[in-house]
Amino acid sequence: MGQVIAFWVFAVAIIGAALGVVLLKNVFRAAVLLVACFFGVAGIFILLSADFLAAMQILIYIGAISILVILAIMLTREVAFGSPSNKFQIPAFIIAALFCTGVIWAILNTQWQISSVAPGATTTSGLGVKLFSKDGFILPVEILPTVLLATILGAIVLVKDRKK
Amino acid sequence: MSILGRNVLPLTVHASVLAPDWPWGFWSHMIIFVVIVMAFVILMAMGFIWFERRVISRYQIRIGPNRIGPFGLLQPVADVIKILIKEDIVPLNVDKIIHLLAPAVAIIPAIMVFAVIPFSNGASLVDLNIGILYIVAISSISIVGQVMAGWGSNNKYALISAMRVIAQVVSYEIPLALSIIGVVLFAGTLSMNGIVQQQSIPFILLQPLGFIIYFLASLAEVNRTPFDLLEAEGEIVAGYNIEYSGFKFALFYLTEYTEAIAISTIITTLYLAGWKGPFLPPVLWFLIKVFAVFTLIIWVRATLPRLRIDQVMGFAWKFLLPLAFINLLITGVQVVAWPDLSQWVIVAVNIVLSAVLIVAFSRMFRTKGDKVEA
Repeated sequence: MGQVIAFWVFAVAIIGAALGVVLLKNVFRAAVLLVACFFGVAGIFILLSADFLAAMQILIYIGAISILVILAIMLTREVAFGSPSNKFQIPAFIIAALFCTGVIWAILNTQWQISSVAPGATTTSGLGVKLFSKDGFILPVEILPTVLLATILGAIVLVKDRKK
Repeated sequence: MSILGRNVLPLTVHASVLAPDWPWGFWSHMIIFVVIVMAFVILMAMGFIWFERRVISRYQIRIGPNRIGPFGLLQPVADVIKILIKEDIVPLNVDKIIHLLAPAVAIIPAIMVFAVIPFSNGASLVDLNIGILYIVAISSISIVGQVMAGWGSNNKYALISAMRVIAQVVSYEIPLALSIIGVVLFAGTLSMNGIVQQQSIPFILLQPLGFIIYFLASLAEVNRTPFDLLEAEGEIVAGYNIEYSGFKFALFYLTEYTEAIAISTIITTLYLAGWKGPFLPPVLWFLIKVFAVFTLIIWVRATLPRLRIDQVMGFAWKFLLPLAFINLLITGVQVVAWPDLSQWVIVAVNIVLSAVLIVAFSRMFRTKGDKVEA
């Protein structure tokens, strides 16, 4: 019972916060609501006994990504007047609605595999084994940061002062 | 138990000091420990504010607050009463909601850290099996409150301060987390109580370099001197909380001290064998060690001047980060290659290695005179 209540509290909070992120004119308030949204997702992870994922969700998404988003917003002027809508409002709405319908349809029509095994007392060691064992996922996980690193280097090259 | 028609298995919560023979099991444990944690935080904060003012006075050859109560012990009580009955001033053009919520967002995660601190064997609110990871994650939320205060105040000094907070905290979080991994490798567990139980000798001996990196990085993380750039009076008046008064300012002040107490307790748990110790009861050992670490923090504050912003950032990226990586590598090799070796041999090797590395790196790391690097 408690878990069901907690699930609905988190679910409503996540969707409310996400709607706020999209609809609010004030970009800073939207960023703060994004933090609330990420926090709710961490709560859902805890309900699913994925404690390591929950901690990582908070550490990476709130502690790093949201903070950098907020830093970028602070460097922007006239934040309170925010993102005014333009002539793409209606086409964007149609595409978003179609995409949303597609996703919901896909979710409802998928046969999800539900494990009846009790969740382990700790998920951290299991994840570690998956990552670092002989046929683990270390290579794809290492390739992704390489892509990110290339992106960062590209950004630095783009904004570099050419005069020097 | 089911959510949306799907079966969900119940959570496993390890809370076992008072439960299950107490009435209501888990709930009595939770209520009692919430009260203990809150009392611990508030009392320690007031005590440490008094203690810090007295000790700093000693360093500066003056007396400090000594009028109210014996040795001035009631001074923090008087301060709290004074600050609570002050007028709450909200400037006209602030973002009202953000301005109101900021102190709460800052203080709640700072107090939540104490949920997994073991005051005695197993005596914590919850003994999470991701304990130290939970602390690193939760304590990274506090910065959101500080940034909200800096932005919501509609004040350029507060904004600059908030941006300094971001730059500093995000940079120092990396060596901080890397130095913790060294401890976790030796302990083989993330649980705070488990880490204490694994320490037959305090980890400060096995991880001298990790301890120094963690200590310095956490000082920067909670913005204590010499890393208190966000409230550099000569440059930006007072920091992100410049537009706050009364109870809201008190909450920010309490957040700062709560975080300082939090790092004292975390260092005690990770590096000083927590509640372990001969003769005295475990709780007393825990408090003595926390007290000692806090005294060390005050000592650093009294001794060192404030750094410049480029020195702070350079120190994180050019000094602490490479050392943290080397420390992680050395620790990993020792754990994998010499699992059966006597701990005292590792202690000797690590202390020598730390000394050599620190001397070598301080030769290499120089901040350039008066030039501020672009």
